[in-house]
Amino acid sequence: MSIAPLYDLTAIRADFPILSRPIRGRPLVYLDNGASAQRPHAVINAERRYAEESHANVHRGVHTLSQRATDAFEGARERVRRFLNARSTREIIFTRGTTESINLVAQSYARPHLQPGDEILVTRLEHHANIVPWQLVCEATGARVVVVPINDRGEVDPEDVRRLLSPRTRLLGIAHVSNALGTILPVAEMIAIAHAAGVPVLVDGAQAVPHLTIDVQALDADFYAFSGHKLYGPDGIGVLYGRESLLAAMPPWQGGGDMILHVSFEGTTYNELPYKFEAGTPHMSGAVGLAAAIDYVEAIGLSKISAWEAILLTHATERLSRIEGLRFIGTAHHKAGLVSFVVDGIHPHDLGTILDERGVAIRTGHHCAMPAIATFKVPATARASFGLYNTLDEIDALADAVVYARDLFR
Amino acid sequence: MDLKDLYRDVILDHNKRPRNFGVLAAPAIAAQGHNPLCGDQLTIYVDLDHGTIKEVRFEGSGCAISVASASMMTEAVKGLDAAAFAALHAQIHAVLTQHDAEVPATLGKLAALGGVREYPARVKCASLSWRTLEAAIAGAGTAVTTE
Ligand SMILES: Cc1ncc(COP(=O)(O)O)c(C=O)c1O
Repeated sequence: MSIAPLYDLTAIRADFPILSRPIRGRPLVYLDNGASAQRPHAVINAERRYAEESHANVHRGVHTLSQRATDAFEGARERVRRFLNARSTREIIFTRGTTESINLVAQSYARPHLQPGDEILVTRLEHHANIVPWQLVCEATGARVVVVPINDRGEVDPEDVRRLLSPRTRLLGIAHVSNALGTILPVAEMIAIAHAAGVPVLVDGAQAVPHLTIDVQALDADFYAFSGHKLYGPDGIGVLYGRESLLAAMPPWQGGGDMILHVSFEGTTYNELPYKFEAGTPHMSGAVGLAAAIDYVEAIGLSKISAWEAILLTHATERLSRIEGLRFIGTAHHKAGLVSFVVDGIHPHDLGTILDERGVAIRTGHHCAMPAIATFKVPATARASFGLYNTLDEIDALADAVVYARDLFR
Repeated sequence: MDLKDLYRDVILDHNKRPRNFGVLAAPAIAAQGHNPLCGDQLTIYVDLDHGTIKEVRFEGSGCAISVASASMMTEAVKGLDAAAFAALHAQIHAVLTQHDAEVPATLGKLAALGGVREYPARVKCASLSWRTLEAAIAGAGTAVTTE
């Protein structure tokens, strides 16, 4: 096939050392990018260079290395600010990942506000990371979680958000892109609707940042969370963007070093933003690696990446839909580069094992989105999620392997 | 490693046409098994006669390995008392988890589970029904989970 991305795919693939490692004696076909994406040399080297040349603890010592480490860490924060188009680095908090970012908002923003009978509004397609933290604070406060439905394509109608917002709604939590179904949600519209009712919005951007250009000001998001490891960056590092006026009014979540100005047993004053929310020694090499990952994807161009992933999605949809007995789970009009599906007579778990034997790595199960999957009356699905380095041939390998599995189970 | 070693014909057959599939009415004991990783959900029903398995059935949904293992188990355990079941369960456990374990000829069809040990992620699938029946016999009646 002659269709190609607007960047040099062969050169790009050579940037990712793991892609040339055989799996079970076959070339790796890595289609589990939604769970975690692979890392380019640029990220691996940035982390190593930090360890070899700049490591010490940040914000502490007067010595040269501590200053270098601080510069690298704060440089990474500025890189993230530009990536999200936040107004200020005071709005960029480093966390362990999306999950921790959402828990921070749940515990520090929501919990002190919630009264019995108050409501947190989320959609049915959320990842458990955007469900369970709200259930925890609701249990503690007597508030409740209200659920925005999805239709049989896996789409959310913003009008349902409008309908379900009530005088008791304290926050709307929504995925930007569904990890289980691929749906791209109309988040700007949903945010505008919530804001008209005076309700702030947290966006779970874990699946969006690798594919879409994010501008938190244009979206008017109040909180935006994502993870480094889904963006070709390191694991163990993530980001919470928060609107400064909201963050400033929030109490700290965890206490410890770095988040204080002055400690005495009579009382402690907290550090300014964003440090108030970064207790303890942060993941410095992770932040540096994340900044390198952002440099990497922006050098290619997110619009070029998403254009190529759209072609991969079209090809996958076309190839897989020819397979008898295959049903897609999640067929939104607006979809990111992933396909979730089931095949008659084969449990997704068996499909995952058979595909792995052919070197094709996909995710099977409920994808940490049990309510979303249950909507489609299946216990699990198989999910292939695409990244910037995937090829049309790899999509063909996926489709061929599914056919092989189906024939094995005949 | 060959997929055909995991998905042997006996396994594929029991997956497609599970034996003793269905429910047993009270006073049969029911126990539930759940594998959260893949969503497998099995209910095992067992009728005990002075500690001996008189009748056993199962229902639920799961992958081929868990369904076939449950189906073959129901065929193999009828007539066993608790001690004999425990001995068979121990043999199966060894076959599923130990690379060098001999597969005893006495296992018959169950020997087909011998391919599972090469796929560590799938061991839980194969053992779910056994652990659930064990719980039912022990009178636990509580839910079993692989996690
Ligand atoms: C939509 C979505 N939200 C949240 C998460 C959780 O991300 P992490 O495990 O990196 O905290 C994921 C990743 O699995 C996800 O896909």
